[in-house]
Amino acid sequence: MNQLLTVKNLTKAFDDTGPVVDSLTFSVKENEIFALLGPSGCGKTTCLRLIAGFERADEGEVTVGQDRLLESPDRHVAPQDRGIGFVFQDYALFPHLSVIENVAFGLTDIPKYKRHVFAEEVLCRTGMGDYKDRNPSELSGGQQQRVALARAIAPKPKLVLLDEPFSNLDAVLRDTTRKEVRSILKKAGMSALLVTHDQEEALSFADRIAVMNDGQIEQIGTPEEVYYQPRTKFVAQFLGRTNLFHVDASGKDEVTTELGRMRLNCNASGRVLCSIRPEHLTLEKANGAEVDAGVGTIVSREFKGHDITYHVVLNGEKYLVHTDNRLLFDPEEKVIIKPLESAVVLQEDI
Amino acid sequence: MTLLPKKKTPPWYLLIPVLLISIGVLLPLFYLLIRAFGASGETLNEVVLRTRNLRLLVNTLLLTGGVLVMDTFLALPLAYLSTRCSVAARKLITLLGVIPLAMPGYVMAYAFMGLGGYNGTFYQWFGLTLPRPSGFWGSLLVLSICTFPYLYLNLRTALLGMDPSIEEASRSLGHDAKSTFFKVILPQLKPAFLAGFLLVSLHVFGDFGTVSLMRFETFSYALYLQYVAAYDRIYAAWLALMLLALTTAALILEYRLLRKAIFYRLGRGASRERKYLDLGRWKVPAYSFIGTYSLVAIILPLSSIGFWLNEVSLADLSGGLLSSFRNSVVASAPAALLTTVMAIPIAYIGVRFKGKFTNILERVAYLGYATPPLAFALAFVFFSLYVSPFLYQTLLLLVIAYSLHFLAEGIGPIRSSLYQAPPQLEDAAKSLGYSSFKSFVKVTLPLLKGGIIASASLVFLSAMKELSITFLLSPIGFNTLALDVWSYTGEAMFAEAAPFAFTILIFSTLFVGLLFTREWNKT
Repeated sequence: MNQLLTVKNLTKAFDDTGPVVDSLTFSVKENEIFALLGPSGCGKTTCLRLIAGFERADEGEVTVGQDRLLESPDRHVAPQDRGIGFVFQDYALFPHLSVIENVAFGLTDIPKYKRHVFAEEVLCRTGMGDYKDRNPSELSGGQQQRVALARAIAPKPKLVLLDEPFSNLDAVLRDTTRKEVRSILKKAGMSALLVTHDQEEALSFADRIAVMNDGQIEQIGTPEEVYYQPRTKFVAQFLGRTNLFHVDASGKDEVTTELGRMRLNCNASGRVLCSIRPEHLTLEKANGAEVDAGVGTIVSREFKGHDITYHVVLNGEKYLVHTDNRLLFDPEEKVIIKPLESAVVLQEDI
Repeated sequence: MTLLPKKKTPPWYLLIPVLLISIGVLLPLFYLLIRAFGASGETLNEVVLRTRNLRLLVNTLLLTGGVLVMDTFLALPLAYLSTRCSVAARKLITLLGVIPLAMPGYVMAYAFMGLGGYNGTFYQWFGLTLPRPSGFWGSLLVLSICTFPYLYLNLRTALLGMDPSIEEASRSLGHDAKSTFFKVILPQLKPAFLAGFLLVSLHVFGDFGTVSLMRFETFSYALYLQYVAAYDRIYAAWLALMLLALTTAALILEYRLLRKAIFYRLGRGASRERKYLDLGRWKVPAYSFIGTYSLVAIILPLSSIGFWLNEVSLADLSGGLLSSFRNSVVASAPAALLTTVMAIPIAYIGVRFKGKFTNILERVAYLGYATPPLAFALAFVFFSLYVSPFLYQTLLLLVIAYSLHFLAEGIGPIRSSLYQAPPQLEDAAKSLGYSSFKSFVKVTLPLLKGGIIASASLVFLSAMKELSITFLLSPIGFNTLALDVWSYTGEAMFAEAAPFAFTILIFSTLFVGLLFTREWNKT
């Protein structure tokens, strides 16, 4: 697949407190949904606004397609000439225009009399055809969201930028809207760059994810890669609950730990930090005949319906273990923790 | 915390004063009607169907329309520059847009008239004889400068309140800055334009000082001529009614148009700072515009007053100045006090007992403010002549008329400080054994202190510069600062008028300063 958007060394500082966006490099392929994931204030929205042309970059380049340079220290294509769609966090629908007029607003390239016909067609694709004559203020959050999406994709941009587009929706609506938006984008053959602080959203919505921290990208990969093979401690912790522990490796991909013998995802040597997800551990009743593993004590239990999380203390360290709901243990019970998968060796802070 | 509006009726000790105040506003207007329709059928026909009325209507509308156009060309660029573009000294530009408020129409007219003519400031400084402004163009010049801040402030607030991402959305949909301005920003300014236009129109309809000095015959000026020169009370009453009808029409029109044009802000609020537009090649035109405006609207009138002030020896006038100043204070201070006392129950009912009935009571208070002051004063004249001749041309009547006219101005600050004193505080006092009246006095009233002081000061300063009501209702021989500026200017005695104009300028500046420190602190 060809690269659609290439971002190289993109850097932006607003004042002298240091760059908000610090030499970001990544690319989005054609028909790919890419997410920038990170905590609030990590610079992801600024990155999006730089690509849209709302801000000027200090360093680096933004290129679209093979060679259309949009942004560099001495070149700035105005937002209106970039041909990139933008869905705002608060939707930013024009309050003085009806739904269909909002969608037709960007259709300046087609003759006037065709605009509404075309806009209606796009509205129908987002399931908002029946609301075309409404005022934006008469719509619910989810409906405004769909209109905002229709408005952004109506001019058929190759790339749509989405700034936390689902954060204003309640939990139930968020799930379904997410799925619909994904399928609309995929059907239209558009690429999308999504900014979010919600790891679940990024994991379920995107084809690839860049995890950002403090203006920099810590890891880029598919949802499975970043979740199961985190490269850094930050990525491991930001994408969900995890167990972190130090091990002393001897150049091989196997170590002995408090939990017994455990495989690593790569060869390592020296003292390294490892991560293993709670669902990659399981529990067994301690029967007093353990050879190489320590015996832990269940401290507490969180019953969550489809699974159970146990907090286990072993030699003063606390471990989280997800088990399925048929494995029942009680607090104070003695257990041994068994790894089901290999632990991931993390790079020490970069 | 949510404050549910209480569906309760206000207690009697609030309701009675509020009802009395409403009657106080409405009753004089009622006597205006009695006087107007008291004439015989024949006179009525003759008075109402005069062709002169048509000319007055055309003149009034022409002047209002002209002022609205001029104001738009002044206020819109200035508001856009000060809220959207990267300009130096943004606060100063905002201030420049507000300064003309410190000059009442007749003072501004005085300043401009003093510039021109064979002995005017311009002649004595540069040997240049400018035509002395008068008639339609003179009124247009002065009223445009005096009223444009109302539009400017409305537009500025609207521009600042717009969600910045809406303009960015327009950009990302392929529209450049110009197209975004005309298709996105301008349409959203419609409510602000309507509100500003209404204020400006009411001001022009009610203006008496400027048009009388410029001798341009609008309804207000004709009313004055009838009352003073011709002593035709019936025709004066009819002119006042026509002026009222015009005001009502403007209010209804604005209400109708505004109802269709209210846009609800959809977003949760501006989450990020606005990016300012780089002026680029527009830098020179933009700054020249600001410069020309400041020169004409601020520097010229102020230097004119300064020049004339320098021409007069203060010793000649100090006696007259002192007595006029004392008279102004003697009328304004009690009015400020009375207005505040009346404003408290009205504001309290309006905030704590929201409902249709209380809404109407509140509106009545605003009616006194919207009524053109000359018509309002005339109604008081008729009222006192019919009902209480002993009150006619007494200080008491003047004070009452001031209070009822400026009531709306007094309610504002008390209202906003009431919103800072939640009803739960009074409930807490009641739960500790206080009666509801005592809870109000002990808990809410102290919290209203700031609002009460602001409200009294606003009304005091407004009354100090009031001209039309003072003109019709002041006791004989009772000269105030405003009356003196006006009458000296009318006789082209610019040097003599200067100290009075300057004193008024000081008080008006205080007024505007007070108004804006409050606004500034709010945001």
